[in-house]
Amino acid sequence: MTTPSQVLTLKIDGQDVTGRADETILQVARENGIHIPTLCFLDSLSPLGACRLCLVEIKGSPRLFAACVTYIAEGMEVLTKSDRLNKYRRMIVELLFAERNHICSICVANGHCDLQDLAREMGVTYVDFPYRYPRLGVDASHERFGLDHNRCVLCMRCVRVCGEVEGAHTWDVAGRGIEAHVSADLDFPWGDSDTCTSCGKCVQVCPTGALFKKGVAAAEMVKHRSFLVRLTAMREEAE
Amino acid sequence: MTPEELEKIAAKEEQARAHIPHTIDVCLGTTCMALQSDKLKTALEQEATRHPVGSKCQVRGVGCPGLCALGPLVTVKPEGDLYKQVKPEDAHDIVNSLGAEPVARLKCDTEQPFFKRQHKIVLENSGSIDPERLEDYIAAGGYTALLKCVTEMTPAEVIDEVVRSGLRGRGGAGFPAGLKWRTVAKAAGPRKFVVCNGDEGDPGAFMDRSVMESDPHRVLEGMAIAAYAVGASEGYLYVRAEYPLAVKRLKQAINQARAHGLLGANIGGTAFTFRVEVRLGAGAFVCGEETALMASIEGKRGNPRPRPPFPAESGLWQLPTLINNVETYANIPTILRQGADWFAGIGTSKSKGTKVFALTGRVHNTGLIEVPMGITLREIIFDIGGGIPDGRVFKAVQTGGPSGGCIPEEYLDMAVDYESLASVGSIMGSGGMIVIDDTSSMVDVAKYFIEFCKSESCGKCVPCRVGTAQMHTLLELIASGEGTRHDLERLEALCDMVKSTSLCGLGQNAPNPVISTLRYFRDEYESRLAG
Repeated sequence: MTTPSQVLTLKIDGQDVTGRADETILQVARENGIHIPTLCFLDSLSPLGACRLCLVEIKGSPRLFAACVTYIAEGMEVLTKSDRLNKYRRMIVELLFAERNHICSICVANGHCDLQDLAREMGVTYVDFPYRYPRLGVDASHERFGLDHNRCVLCMRCVRVCGEVEGAHTWDVAGRGIEAHVSADLDFPWGDSDTCTSCGKCVQVCPTGALFKKGVAAAEMVKHRSFLVRLTAMREEAE
Repeated sequence: MTPEELEKIAAKEEQARAHIPHTIDVCLGTTCMALQSDKLKTALEQEATRHPVGSKCQVRGVGCPGLCALGPLVTVKPEGDLYKQVKPEDAHDIVNSLGAEPVARLKCDTEQPFFKRQHKIVLENSGSIDPERLEDYIAAGGYTALLKCVTEMTPAEVIDEVVRSGLRGRGGAGFPAGLKWRTVAKAAGPRKFVVCNGDEGDPGAFMDRSVMESDPHRVLEGMAIAAYAVGASEGYLYVRAEYPLAVKRLKQAINQARAHGLLGANIGGTAFTFRVEVRLGAGAFVCGEETALMASIEGKRGNPRPRPPFPAESGLWQLPTLINNVETYANIPTILRQGADWFAGIGTSKSKGTKVFALTGRVHNTGLIEVPMGITLREIIFDIGGGIPDGRVFKAVQTGGPSGGCIPEEYLDMAVDYESLASVGSIMGSGGMIVIDDTSSMVDVAKYFIEFCKSESCGKCVPCRVGTAQMHTLLELIASGEGTRHDLERLEALCDMVKSTSLCGLGQNAPNPVISTLRYFRDEYESRLAG
């Protein structure tokens, strides 16, 4: 019987690797220097499996598996790169660019943006889908921070850090499908939120320029995320 | 309640009925109610009190006899005459005809294939018992299976019976029910749950609604047997709020069963306890997906989550949970009463028993039917359904709702089971069956279903949220005659990508209507391309 601490051996991209039974494919791949693209995943937050960029192939199954939520198994043979995976990943990034209004040159996160990095990695030099150009607002009601829905990719990092780490649960998602959007409390202006502690964690974990500090100009919004892993480690130690 | 007490209730009910020579059964299902069958029932009751035969006549509200196209439906017993499209004005003639000649102008032929070709297990009581009376269900043999299970069988024996019956999940995917039960029974946990998925949401599908409205106790009995088999003592019936009549009757049934000791503590005088509650869905199609449904029961946003872990291992509140569809549970009491071998004798080698279909669209006899697995689509549409009205020509039949596909004429003689439908690019699904004639464009059909999936996507994963929206845009372009060959190529690439990468079944199956119409009706797309 497999116990969480049991050490298993498997192959990722032909490389022999080992990991604990309670580790995911993504964790083991990273430990071994194998890069798998991610967007919604962020260390120390609960994995969501929503962006679908970390999908990998596992030998013996026609299905694809999200590496961030799939635990390793003895003898597993994982493929993190293939023509099929590259094609899908590129399309996912293209779909995200076409979904809202991502205009890098005027974005506060230009040069420090996870979406931009992914586009560079996938070689997305153009988007082969009709741009949707939705009319979306900017919520500037908070004293120190702003939310530009035009740049949001719905990765839910803000939702998770606010609920799981800060414990405030100010953010959640309202609406569904293509109409889904992050909302503060019961879809109130952020500045009117009773639950927001103004801690700014959501701003730091946001992969794009959707959540930003007021007063920064284009390309000036550099995000600092190292606090999250440190904070989680300290809390675990304290327990 | 003990088996002896149950028999007493059934005997008393039989005796009471022996004193009433005439019964007039009025369908009080949603379809007939929409045609004011409740007023018709009142008119019949008033007429009966005025008439000398009145004291010997009982007017009852019953569930759905199935032929919705000709509602409101009235059955007169013991003659067994079925009357169609009955209006309150017809009450006088019907009551007068009791014991004499039937009312010719209202008579509906019960010898026609619509009735003769069906095989009713799940619907055996639909249209013949009053769903609001527990005694009616007991008189029809109800709850004997549950009491037999808890007093004479071990949980493992119950599971063996379900495994041997070959019953597969009727929610769509066709996972073997017995295997699922055994997995939950083996899963370790301080508490376990049994959940019934009544969040039927496919356009044109109303099988589960009808079962819940017409025979609610059957669903409860099936759930209670499942709970005994897997070791659960709590259950939830998740029903969409758009089904108010089903909700009302289920709640009523739960109260009746509890009052008679058929639900609650110490069922059948044993240590077995099972409490069940109704939970309402708030109108999201995705809540029919099991992980989203459970999130909704927990009071969270109805978003699916990746599996594994499967609900059998980690379901409601991270505890082992058995989740089956309404029709699956509704099969259980009969399987336990008649035996696994009897059930396994019906159907095909891999798909046992019967399937309830909601037959709709361009077909004469729209309504609810139950047929043995292995029947052909042609028999369903042309014999039972009576063919295509207005002299039009059959074009395709859509099965499985937004997750299914369109099947063209060339496959009409194929035997219907889980595997055969999948092999032609559709699915069994929960039982929606929409007949399409030559007046419809298949591009429009595909566009309709993609629009449905787009608006019902929860928005959690990128392929489903944005992919379906892009597919809809491309289909609109093509449908309007402005699409190019490149748009069609993009559409096909999206179908492949959304199918392969989406998080849950909604996204994974959303492209099916497009893929299947492209496979069989590609020329309809090509002819609309610009240039």
